[in-house]
Amino acid sequence: MWPAEFDYARPSSVAEALQLLADNEDAKLLAGGHSLLPAMKLRLNEAPLLIDISRIEGLGSISNNGSLTIGALCTHADIAASADVQASCSALATATGMVGDQQVRNWGTLGGNVAHADPASDPPTVLVAFNANINIEGASGGRSVAAADFFIDLFTVDLEPGEIITSIEIPAHPHEGCAYVKMPHPASRYAVVGICVVLHKDGDSCSGAHVAVGGATVRAMRSPGAEAALRGSSLDDAALDAAAAALKDDIANDLIGDMSFPEAYRQEMAGVYLKRAVRAAGG
Amino acid sequence: MAVVGKAVKRKEDPRLITGEARYLEDINIPGMTHIAILRSPHAHANIVSINTEAAAAVPGVVGVYTGQDFMDVNPLPCPWPAGGVENNLNTPRALEVEKVTHVGAGVAVVVAEDRATAQDAVELIDVEWEVLPAVTDAEEATFEGAPQLHENAPNNVCMEWDCGDQEGADAALASSDVVVKQRLRNQRLIPTPMETRGCIAQHEPVNGEYTIWMTSQAPHVHRLLFTAFIFGVPENKVRVISPQIGGGFGAKIFMYPEYVLTTALSKKVGRPVKWVETRSENYIATTHGRDHVTDVEVGANRDGTITALKVKTFANLGGILSTVAPGIPTTLYGRMLSGAYQFPNIYCHVTGVYTNTGMVDAYRGAGRPEATYVVERAVDLVASELSMDPVEVRRKNFVPSDAFPFEPNNNLLNGLSYDSGDYDKALDMALEMTGYEDFRAEQAAARAEGRYLGIGFSTYIEICGIAPSAWMFGEGWGAALWESANVRMHITGDVVVTTGSQSHGQGHETSVAQLVADELGVSMDQVHVQHSDTLGTPFGYGTYGSRSTAVGGVAVWRSLQRIKEKARAIAAHEFEADIEDVEYVVNEEGVGSVQVKGAPDKSKVVGEFMGIATSAAGGWSLPGDMEPFLDETSYYDPPDCTYPFGTHICIVEVDAETGNVDIKRYIAVDDVGKVINPMIVDGQVHGGIAQGVAQALWEGAQYDENGQLVSGSLMDYAIPRADLLPSFELGRTETPTPNNPLGVKGAGETGTIAATPAVVNAVVDALSHLDVRHIDMPLTPSRVWETIKSHSNGGNS
Ligand SMILES: Cc1cc2nc3c(=O)[nH]c(=O)nc-3n(C[C@H](O)[C@H](O)[C@H](O)COP(=O)(O)OP(=O)(O)OC[C@H]3O[C@@H](n4cnc5c(N)ncnc54)[C@H](O)[C@@H]3O)c2cc1C
Repeated sequence: MWPAEFDYARPSSVAEALQLLADNEDAKLLAGGHSLLPAMKLRLNEAPLLIDISRIEGLGSISNNGSLTIGALCTHADIAASADVQASCSALATATGMVGDQQVRNWGTLGGNVAHADPASDPPTVLVAFNANINIEGASGGRSVAAADFFIDLFTVDLEPGEIITSIEIPAHPHEGCAYVKMPHPASRYAVVGICVVLHKDGDSCSGAHVAVGGATVRAMRSPGAEAALRGSSLDDAALDAAAAALKDDIANDLIGDMSFPEAYRQEMAGVYLKRAVRAAGG
Repeated sequence: MAVVGKAVKRKEDPRLITGEARYLEDINIPGMTHIAILRSPHAHANIVSINTEAAAAVPGVVGVYTGQDFMDVNPLPCPWPAGGVENNLNTPRALEVEKVTHVGAGVAVVVAEDRATAQDAVELIDVEWEVLPAVTDAEEATFEGAPQLHENAPNNVCMEWDCGDQEGADAALASSDVVVKQRLRNQRLIPTPMETRGCIAQHEPVNGEYTIWMTSQAPHVHRLLFTAFIFGVPENKVRVISPQIGGGFGAKIFMYPEYVLTTALSKKVGRPVKWVETRSENYIATTHGRDHVTDVEVGANRDGTITALKVKTFANLGGILSTVAPGIPTTLYGRMLSGAYQFPNIYCHVTGVYTNTGMVDAYRGAGRPEATYVVERAVDLVASELSMDPVEVRRKNFVPSDAFPFEPNNNLLNGLSYDSGDYDKALDMALEMTGYEDFRAEQAAARAEGRYLGIGFSTYIEICGIAPSAWMFGEGWGAALWESANVRMHITGDVVVTTGSQSHGQGHETSVAQLVADELGVSMDQVHVQHSDTLGTPFGYGTYGSRSTAVGGVAVWRSLQRIKEKARAIAAHEFEADIEDVEYVVNEEGVGSVQVKGAPDKSKVVGEFMGIATSAAGGWSLPGDMEPFLDETSYYDPPDCTYPFGTHICIVEVDAETGNVDIKRYIAVDDVGKVINPMIVDGQVHGGIAQGVAQALWEGAQYDENGQLVSGSLMDYAIPRADLLPSFELGRTETPTPNNPLGVKGAGETGTIAATPAVVNAVVDALSHLDVRHIDMPLTPSRVWETIKSHSNGGNS
C-alpha cells in the first residue's frame, strides 16, 4: 500500500498536459485514480511523474447535438445520472450505474476506464455495441478511433504514449430498445459477463441488432453471429437459442477465466445473459 | 427504570461514528521509526543467503536486520498443544532464519524514518532462495512422496487426536438400517477485520520497560507471552495497550512474529517503532480459519433415529503453528459433534497437518462452525436418504427439554454437560415465523414453473463462555480461563469498572454499564468501563469464545454484590441499625439506596455525591476496622461452559440458468440465555449470519499448486456485503443458564455457527428434485451450475 516515489503535476489545459507528456518520458496521466493508484500502491505499476488531468476544464461535460459527446473526465456517476445519456443510450446509463460501488462511480472516469481497458469493465461493451468513437488528442493533433478498433486486448488499446483521450462520442443511433446486463463478480463487482444489446424492430420482428460482449472475453467485442441470428427473427425462444449459440461460437477463442469463474462457465453465461439482454431491451 | 434487557444505545458509538476514536494507526510518538518486512514470495524454500547492503544504503534507513539478529529471542510459544504435539511444535520466530513454509513468512526487516522509505529499501534486499516443492492440501500432505515441511513431523502430521467411542460407532453403523457417507470440505476463510493488525513499541533504556500498543483481543495474554515465554523479562517491564480495535474475529487473539519483531527492534534501534499491516500482508500473514476435509459416516434407522456419527477430519494447520492452532480442530470441534442431538454413538478422529499455506487458527466460532456444519449436513443427508422431512429427523433426535443437564454420549464432552435448552421451542417459533407448511406448497408450484426454491435448517447448539480452567487444562490448554473485574465507586458516586476482557466491537462499555446501573442503582452515564490496558486492569484472558459476558460479566456481578454488602454495612453503622435490617433497594427510577427496613427516613442514596459511596471513600465514620472505599475485585471461574442454541432457517432461490443463489428470506431464532442488550445481541447475530452466509456462498481462500494465495486481495476474495443479504427476521427464546447468576450464555458466534449449514442445506433442498445430495462450499454460481448440469440436462441449454 506504499507506492514508489513519484512527482506530481496538475496541468490546467489539454495543451499543457500534452506538453508535460512530451517532456517526461514514462509519465502517466491520472484521472479518477481508481485503477492507476491501487496498482501503484501494490507496486504493480510506477511512474516518475503523475500528470493529474482531473481538473482540466471542458473535459467533464455531456452534450447532445445529434451525437452524444461525453467528456473523458465524466465520472460513472455523472453519466448514469445524465438525462441525455438516459434518452439516447440508456444502456450506458445502466452500465455506468452498475460500476463497482458508489465511491468508485463518484471517482472513476469514462476516459480512464476505456484507457485502462480492464477486460471486466462495463462501459466498453456498451461503447462497442453503439459504434462509439474515442476522440484522442496528441502532439500532432487529434484523431478518432472506433471503439471496436480501440480495444485490442487485455489492458491494451490503440493509444500512443503522449496521447490523451478527450471525449467519447456516440453517433445518433435510433433504436427500439437497448439494454446492458451483467453478472457481477461477488468481490470486485466487475463484470464476469456483460452483454449489451441494441434492437431495431419492425413491428414484432427484429430488423437488426447489435450485440456486444465483455467480461468473458479479452476485450469488448461484437458478435456478428448473434446479430445475424436475431436479424429477421421474431425474437422467439428459438431465435434467442440460435443467437446464444452463435455468440458462444464467436467468443470461443477470446475467453478469459479464473478459479471461481472458469472460461467454459463464462462462455455459457454469455449465452444466458444475451437472452436476458434481449428481453430487457424489450425483445 | 431497569436498563438490563433494553436496547440502550451504545456508549462507544459517538466516538466511533464521528471518527474520534483512536486506532493504532492514529497513534504517533515523537522520534518514531517505521518498518517494512520482506516476506517470502515462496511457499516452501530454504534461505541460502540474504544481502542487505543496498537497502542499508538508502537515505533515511535506520537499520536492516535478518533473522540472525534475533537469535536471542525465543520462538513464539504454542500454549495449546492439543493432541500431544509437544515433540513437533514448529512455531514462527521474529524472522525466519533457515527456511520458510508459507508465502508471507518474514525474513528481513528495514527500519526507516518513514514507511515509504522502508518499503523502497525492502525492495532492494536480495535473497537467494532454494525453492522446494509445495503442498497445500491437508490430506495430500500426508500422502507418501509429499514434500516434507518439518523434520520433526513425518508425513507432515502435527498431531492425531480423537474423542468418543470408535468401536461403539463402528458397531452401530454396521447394524443401522441405512448409512450415509459424505466427504465435506470446510474451506479456508480469511477473517478480514476492517482494521488490519499493527504494533507500536517503545523501549525505555533507563528502566528497561516496554510499552506496546497493539491490535490485541487479549492484552494480558499478550503481555504474559512476551514476558514469560518470548523475551524472558519480568512481567512488570511490559505494558500492553490495545487502542480502539476495528474488529478481530479471533485473528487478533494470537501472538504474531511482527509484534515480537517490532518490540525487539524498539530496543535495538533505541527509538519507538511502528508497524502497520497492509491489506495484502493481512491476507498472507494473519491467521486464516477453518480448512477441514472431513469424511462423515452417519447411521440411522428407518424411523429417522440416528444411531451413530463417525467423523474423520484432516485439519490444515498451515506451514507453521499459530498460538492455539492445535486446540481449534480438536477440543472446540470434536467435542461438539453431538450438536443438539442425543446421538448414541459418536467417534471423531482428527489429523492436524502442516502444509505450505498461511497459519490457521481460531476464526469466529473456531471449530464449532466446522462441527455444526458436519452435524447439520449429516442430519440432512439422513433425511434425504430416508425421504423424511429434515424437521422431523431433527425432532426425533433432539435432546428433550427435560434431559438437562445433558451429557453427550461416549464422554464426548469429557465431563461437561449441556446446561439448559428447549430445542423444540426455538424450532417451533422459527417454523411459525417462516410459515413452513405454506413454503412446501410454494416450492412445488415454483418447481412446476422451472424455478428452484429451497429451504434449509440449522438447529444448532454452540459451546461458549469457554472456561472452566481445570477442564481446559485437561484439554491441553496451557493456562486458565477465568475472568476478573474490579468495581470501585469514587467519592462522587461514579463507578469505574475495569475488566481483563477486551472490546473490539462487542460493546462492553454499554452492556457492562447496564449491569452495573441496574445492580447498584446508578445512571449509565455514571459508569465508566475501562479495558484493554494491562496497566490498571486486572488480569484477564481476553475476548473470544463468546465469553466476555458469560465469564467476565459474572466477575463484574460478583464485585457488585460485595459492594452492595459493604454499602449495607456502612449504612447500618451510620443509622446505628442492625445490618440484617438494612436493605439495598433500587427504586422505580433506578436510584439505589440503602435503607433501614420500615424506617423510610433512615435511607441514603448510594451513588451520588455525599451518598454512601462518599461515606465509604471519605472514611470518616466506618464500622470497626473496615477499610475505606467501595472497591472490590472478583475472579470468576465458571463450573461449565454455556450452551446457546436455536434454529436458523434460510430460503433460497437458485437460478437454474446461472447457478446463482439468491437468499429470499433468513429467519433466525436464537437462545443466548438472558439478554442484557437486545440491540447488541441483534447486531452480533446479524454480523455472524453475514459471515456464515458468506462462507456458504462466496468466501474461500484459494491457493495454487505452488502455494501462492490466488485470492490475495479484496478484488478476488468476496466478503459479505449488505446488498447481497436480505433483511434478517430475528426471534428469540430465553432459557437462562443455571451455570451463572446472570443466566447469560453468549451471543458472539451463534450467527457464524448456525448460518453456514442453513444456507447449504437450502441450496441442496432447492436442487433435491434433481437428486443433488451435496455441493461443496463456497456455492459459487459456477459450482452450482456445474452441479445442476451434471444432474440433469442442464438448467436450460
Ligand atoms: C473497487 C473497484 C471496483 C470497480 N468496479 C468496476 C466495475 O464494476 N466496472 C468497471 O467498469 N470498472 C470498475 N472499476 C474501475 C473504475 O471504473 C475505474 O475508475 C476506471 O477503470 C478507471 O478510471 P479512472 O478515472 O479512475 O482512471 P485512472 O485510474 O486515473 O487511470 C487509469 C489509466 O488510464 C489512463 N488515463 C486516465 N485518463 C486518461 C485519459 N483521459 N486519456 C488517456 N489515458 C487516461 C491513466 O494514465 C491510467 O493508465 C472498479 C474500480 C475499483 C477500485
